[in-house]
Amino acid sequence: MYKIVRKRTLNPTVVEMCVDAPRVARRAEPGQFVILRTDAFGERIPLTVADYDREAGTVTIIFQLVGATTMKLGAMEVGDEIHDFVGPLGRPTETAGLSRVAVVGGGVGCAIAYPVAKKLHGLGVTVHSVVGFRTRDLVILEDEFRSVSDVYKLMSDDGSVGEHGLVTDALRALIESGERYDEVIAIGPLPMMKFVSLLTKEYGIKTVVSMNPIMIDGTGMCGCCRLTVDGKMKFACVDGPDFDGHEVDFDEAMARAAMYRPFEAEARDHMCNLLKTGGAE
Amino acid sequence: MPNMQVKKTAMPTQSAEVRARNFDEVTLGYTETDAINEATRCLHCKNRPCVSGCPVAIDIPDFIAEVAVGNFDGAYDVISKASSLPAVCGRVCPQETQCEAKCVRGIKGEPVGIGRLERFVADRHNEKKHEIKKPVPNGHSVAVVGSGPSGLTCAGELARMGYAVTVFEALHTAGGVLVYGIPEFRLPKSIVSLEIENLRALGVKIETNMVIGRVLTVDDLLADGFECVFIGTGAGLPKFMNIPGESCNGVFSANEFLTRVNLMGAYRDGADTPVMHAKHVAVVGGGNVAMDAARCALRLGADDVTIVYRRGEEELPARREEVEHAKEEGVAFRLLTNPVEIIGDEKRAVRAIRCVKMELGEPDASGRRRPVEVKGSEFELPVDCVIMALGTSPNPLIKSTTDGLDTERWGGIVADENGATSRPAVYAGGDAVTGAATVILAMGAGKSAARAIDEYIRNK
Repeated sequence: MYKIVRKRTLNPTVVEMCVDAPRVARRAEPGQFVILRTDAFGERIPLTVADYDREAGTVTIIFQLVGATTMKLGAMEVGDEIHDFVGPLGRPTETAGLSRVAVVGGGVGCAIAYPVAKKLHGLGVTVHSVVGFRTRDLVILEDEFRSVSDVYKLMSDDGSVGEHGLVTDALRALIESGERYDEVIAIGPLPMMKFVSLLTKEYGIKTVVSMNPIMIDGTGMCGCCRLTVDGKMKFACVDGPDFDGHEVDFDEAMARAAMYRPFEAEARDHMCNLLKTGGAE
Repeated sequence: MPNMQVKKTAMPTQSAEVRARNFDEVTLGYTETDAINEATRCLHCKNRPCVSGCPVAIDIPDFIAEVAVGNFDGAYDVISKASSLPAVCGRVCPQETQCEAKCVRGIKGEPVGIGRLERFVADRHNEKKHEIKKPVPNGHSVAVVGSGPSGLTCAGELARMGYAVTVFEALHTAGGVLVYGIPEFRLPKSIVSLEIENLRALGVKIETNMVIGRVLTVDDLLADGFECVFIGTGAGLPKFMNIPGESCNGVFSANEFLTRVNLMGAYRDGADTPVMHAKHVAVVGGGNVAMDAARCALRLGADDVTIVYRRGEEELPARREEVEHAKEEGVAFRLLTNPVEIIGDEKRAVRAIRCVKMELGEPDASGRRRPVEVKGSEFELPVDCVIMALGTSPNPLIKSTTDGLDTERWGGIVADENGATSRPAVYAGGDAVTGAATVILAMGAGKSAARAIDEYIRNK
């Protein structure tokens, strides 16, 4: 069992939790993920490590309340225990040899982009962060990003905060203004990562994306998280989650992500009702 | 005078129509009368051919003799000298190619139902509560990686010798393939949990959620004070065919499909984990895993389930009984048939599988006749789900995170007959060494590795 030691609401649908998990904290690196189950009957869901404290033995996760399991998790409080919490899984984000990087985060993907930006900043890398949200209320981790970024560009779809536009608009403007990057690291919704990758391909800038497909075991056992990368089958859980954005078949990944949507919608509605009426059984 | 009944005493079984829609165990087990009757069919041959067919050399005629006189506890004692998991092996061993293949009664009729008797004896034993005495600790500790058949056996053997054993399991439930792979209707999970409880009673510590190679490495375990490490991580890596359309929604590895159903309990109403309730299912492959997947799909409500296998009936690697049960339940078999493409609709969901007919040519390296495509024989099978049950290979995680651990080109860990690997103090056994094989072989490997580990630590 893994105790929740801190909890904070980042925006109306995004929650940050700090979990007591010394063994996960011991080895965790940015880019890696955990798989958790809220209770003994729960499903296994992957969540990327948002931060870790090796000394305190804690791991931070940030998640959006999108499905039944994240809603169940979001309803847990400090002192409650998460039944299973396994990790770190996957390969860490490669940071060696980089000197100028644009980190692009979209929505709750910023939760995963931030630790990468933080690590790069700590290594002395010049970090330009380009983050996008639908609207002002959804902005997360602004202070955190600013503290590790040489340039911080905040974009919103509706213009209610930062600049009006998409992250690709801001990234293109930066590149056009003469900024040069060894690498772009893009983390966010699949369409965002797809369009960032299409943009950087025009300029020939290496681009790494963090894929978060449906998973079960997270150890390479089931193949549920398979993707096509450079025409070859890869498992996000063990070969990734980071891949070369110019080689990922995003359209296929988007179709696969939709596989359980009807089931998920039903489970979410059911969970909404349970939480509204004060809990299960 | 032995009972000269030509056929095995019938196994009480749920009727095919009923069981094809539930997940309860298919076979119900012998009654005492059935067991004694079957036991009296044994001829007690002097040269004991059945024993030579058993990978762990159970004294089969001896335990059968005890059953015949109604001394079931005595029978259990005989079996447990050689086997740690009789309730499991009695259910899942391919007896028809092992002990029962050698049975003299099989020449003119059916062999003695050795597997059925083994199961009966083990179930009888498990009905009663047995006090397990904690062995006297010998002050040494061993880490076991993986809680499948080889790991559980190795842990049990070492614990009985007095070792402090910790088992590290990657998933949230111990049991390995016995819980994520083999379905409830063939191996009830209560049997596996009883084995695990017995290990705990012996003092074995079981730590779940420990993916060795990620959370800790083998070297961490040795540095943390374990004197030896046994690797029994199995063969969990699924294979795909590399044909077009395999990424379509509705295509699953058998591992994924079975994990959802078995480990995650997705067949139960209200389960949090989804599983596709497909209507028309093709399962590619002919082994036990293929039969398990096909029969799970049927139980989830499929209208039709078809096994697609590139060789013939004779070559089906599955246990005979599973093939028979699958057929009785209504699983269709398209033998000498090989998929060439999976066809998706506009949303990339499976619409059909295109197959080609095969014929058997010259024997290949495995000694089985090589299937060859029949030109122009392509046809489409309309399905909404394809399950790939093509076999599995060892997971590379341990190999890639343990320096100096030699592996075969195909991924198996190199180990001698006692499980010793290229690294001192590191032993391995089961599917991680042999590639996907049987529960009994894995169990046997766990047992001999335990002896070798004991010897290694004593001589240190």
